[in-house]
Amino acid sequence: MNSAIRRLAVAAIILMLALIANSTYLQAFRSNELNGRNDNRRVRNEQFSVNRGPILIGNTLIARSVPSKDQYQYQRTYSSGPLYAPVTGYYSYQFGRGGIELNQNSELNGSDPSLAFRRVVDVLTGKAQEGASVTLTLNAAAQQAAYTALGDNKGAAVAIEPKTGKVLALVSKPSYDPNLLASHDLSKASDAWKSLNASKNKPMSNRAIKELYPPGSTFKLVTSAAALSSGKYKPDTQVNSPASLPLPQTTVPLPNENGRNCGGSDRATLTVALRLSCNTAFASVGLDLGADALREQAEKFGFGERQLPELGAAASQFPGDPNEPQVAQSAIGQFDVRATPLQMAMVAAGIANKGTVMKPYLVQSVRTADLKTVSETKPEELHQAVSPEVASELTAMMVDVVKNGTGKPGQISGIDVAGKTGTAQSAKDRPPYAWFTAFAPANDPQIAVAVIIEDAVGVGRDDIAGGKLAAPVAKKMMEAVLGR
Amino acid sequence: MSIASTSVIQIIPRTRRGVELMLLILAVGVSVAAYVNIGLTVQDKVPASTGYYAAGIGLLALIAHLALRYRAPYADPVLLPCAVLLNGLGVAMIHRIDLGIAEDRLARGLDAKAAAAPQQITWTAVGVVLFLVVVLVIRDHRRLQALTYTAGLAGLVLLVLPLIPGLGVNLNGARIWIHLAGMSFQPGEFAKLCLVVFFAGYLVVKRDVLTLAGHRFLGLDLPRARDLGPIGIAWVVSLGVLVFENDLGSSLLFFGLFLFLLYVATERAGWLIIGGLLFVGGAFFAYTAFGHVHSRITDWLDPFSIDGGQIAGGLLGQAWGGILGRGLGQGHPEWTLYGNSDMIISSFAEELGLTGLIAILLIYTLIIERGLRTALGCRDIFGKLVATGLAMSFALQVFVIVGGVTGLIPLTGLATPFMALGGTSLVANWAIVALLLRISDQARRPQTPAAPVSDETIAMAVQKQ
Repeated sequence: MNSAIRRLAVAAIILMLALIANSTYLQAFRSNELNGRNDNRRVRNEQFSVNRGPILIGNTLIARSVPSKDQYQYQRTYSSGPLYAPVTGYYSYQFGRGGIELNQNSELNGSDPSLAFRRVVDVLTGKAQEGASVTLTLNAAAQQAAYTALGDNKGAAVAIEPKTGKVLALVSKPSYDPNLLASHDLSKASDAWKSLNASKNKPMSNRAIKELYPPGSTFKLVTSAAALSSGKYKPDTQVNSPASLPLPQTTVPLPNENGRNCGGSDRATLTVALRLSCNTAFASVGLDLGADALREQAEKFGFGERQLPELGAAASQFPGDPNEPQVAQSAIGQFDVRATPLQMAMVAAGIANKGTVMKPYLVQSVRTADLKTVSETKPEELHQAVSPEVASELTAMMVDVVKNGTGKPGQISGIDVAGKTGTAQSAKDRPPYAWFTAFAPANDPQIAVAVIIEDAVGVGRDDIAGGKLAAPVAKKMMEAVLGR
Repeated sequence: MSIASTSVIQIIPRTRRGVELMLLILAVGVSVAAYVNIGLTVQDKVPASTGYYAAGIGLLALIAHLALRYRAPYADPVLLPCAVLLNGLGVAMIHRIDLGIAEDRLARGLDAKAAAAPQQITWTAVGVVLFLVVVLVIRDHRRLQALTYTAGLAGLVLLVLPLIPGLGVNLNGARIWIHLAGMSFQPGEFAKLCLVVFFAGYLVVKRDVLTLAGHRFLGLDLPRARDLGPIGIAWVVSLGVLVFENDLGSSLLFFGLFLFLLYVATERAGWLIIGGLLFVGGAFFAYTAFGHVHSRITDWLDPFSIDGGQIAGGLLGQAWGGILGRGLGQGHPEWTLYGNSDMIISSFAEELGLTGLIAILLIYTLIIERGLRTALGCRDIFGKLVATGLAMSFALQVFVIVGGVTGLIPLTGLATPFMALGGTSLVANWAIVALLLRISDQARRPQTPAAPVSDETIAMAVQKQ
């Protein structure tokens, strides 16, 4: 009998070893996979219990974690939540994160490899894990100016420092309050999430970088850049500018917005055509240059690439293979040309910066809780869009637009502003989009902006024009940065 | 005086009661440390109930130890400390989950009462009382052999009790509980004990016929068809438990137990093979015929496909524990469904990590192997079989429940011995350990009196070897 008992003893040990082997597999090798699951409450709770680092603008905290007495140790709070929501994003228990909260998550919660040394020190000194702070490039005054000036209109505004690519303002309206989503009252947060997503005004869509719009006449800057760069055109080159341009392969002509020719003549200089924003003039220039030249020029300004990918920005597009009438439409920013407000601000910034487009960025620096710098963003060149000569020719033409043309509402006394208006048609049944893009001062650019108003509240359809609606917003932003 | 005679005198077995006392102090110390640790992490203070807990566990351990000293001085010195440690850690974890549940409920604005730990301490006391009864009343385990058929009948009655209308209740899908005088019991836990006695007593009588009669087939000694009766009945009864009480775990346990004892009694592997085939057949039948078996298997194969699946919750907890654990009081075992009962192993794995889990499994292994060691040393067949049965029932139970919780095999609702919240199981386990200790006392007791012996007796003893 004893030999049978001994065999059972061995069998029992094998059973226990099987348990140990399986648990080892589970807890040592499969744990990462299980801990990475989205529905893992423990992981979320752990992150909610970390003292998450703040998000700053200059020395101002726009997002920070304050101790909380409930089941999670810290409450994320956003001062001026709706103002900065398109940048900060939100930090929610159930709905995850968005914006910088999402993109800089590992820095903010202190788990990033770059903070590993700090973490070891914390463990050794018995301190709780503390996240790093993220300082943004935003200019509080410009952001606030754009937010106020946009008012109740549906739209967006972006400002860039042309020399560096720093994003100075990034506003989307209507906005939302991330505090609602960060609430520890989970049912309240859930209600807020539902109603924000159900709203037809889409307050959570980041219009400044994620929505693509027809750029309309602001795209004439790209067409002008292509024309001047081709060597065939000078600012005073005469181009065809009839009231209505017969398009090849079609019986439908392309008219000017006001139904008249350009400044009283069927021929106008490029400068005058830009000043008055004549469709027929730029359509004929576009037909002359061809789709490829236009696309190449657009791409040099950043079309076809995702800028600020960390915020989930969309790539602006120039149509792939347009036929001739479509090329004519594209040259004036219609047909399938689509751009984000950020992209149009980059066009202005590129011209302002002697033709060099800088890569836009939002995060200035990351610092540990004891203010040691972990990383600092350095300006980076994206493309040489045009030569410095072409850039200065374009600048002069844009200054003329604001001084004498459609861009008059963008004027700032004592400073030369370079700008371009746009009024873009999208669908027949909806009002056009009002655009304005500009930079100032023209001789030493400090800020380049783009503003779009998607839906103007209380404005008749005929009164919608980039100059009237969007230029005042851009003007306020420029004044804020220039200290006017 | 020859050299041989001195060496014989020197191997007189020692009682090792002092060793047991040291181990008990260690076990109680570890348990109290765990309890205090939990209070410090969860509530930032030494729990007010520490005295109650420490005195309770310590006193019970001391009483059990004194009973052994007095009535079973040669009993195995390791079994009792292992039982005390597991019991103590179990109460600590139940207390920890009490605190966690109370916190969760407070956060949701609900009444914060959760007091399973004091209840478990009370049951521990009842368990130790039964331990004393077994150790003090049953002076010789061989007397139990006279109760073979009584035990068998009692086992069956206990098994059937939950099926009596008005007495039995359905809980979590299984009908294995009875409600009596405002309390609930799980009679199956005691049926296990009775059936081990019955199986052992029956096999002592029948082992010759089961061993000798039969024919060889494909190299195996197969029993005669009519001798298949007992195993057939065990198979049918275990399936019956499954069918009528929806209790997968117990049916596996009863069937496995009988099979192991049959194997030890006859030493014929043929029984294991026949039993194995019957088990596979039964399992397949159950899988196709019963919805709840089917859903257990589905939940096992893909734990996350079912919303709020029990295994999934436990797996997430265990993964969160990782290799070293979150630390006592620093995980969230209260989020695991049945984290203090069915899934208590997952709770330990979360807070003590793989390391702690392996330590706990090793303590279980120690109990099992010490039980089988007792069976090896036991001089009578009945005692051997009972000890084997009790040790293997422990092994099966630990394997089935831990394997289920860690995802090795489909989950079945068996209690984790000594740890899981639940009175009947705890009390029954204390009785099992008492019986094992009683048998080990017999096994380790020197056969000849330790009084001065003549050279002739020693010479005879040497010759016998």
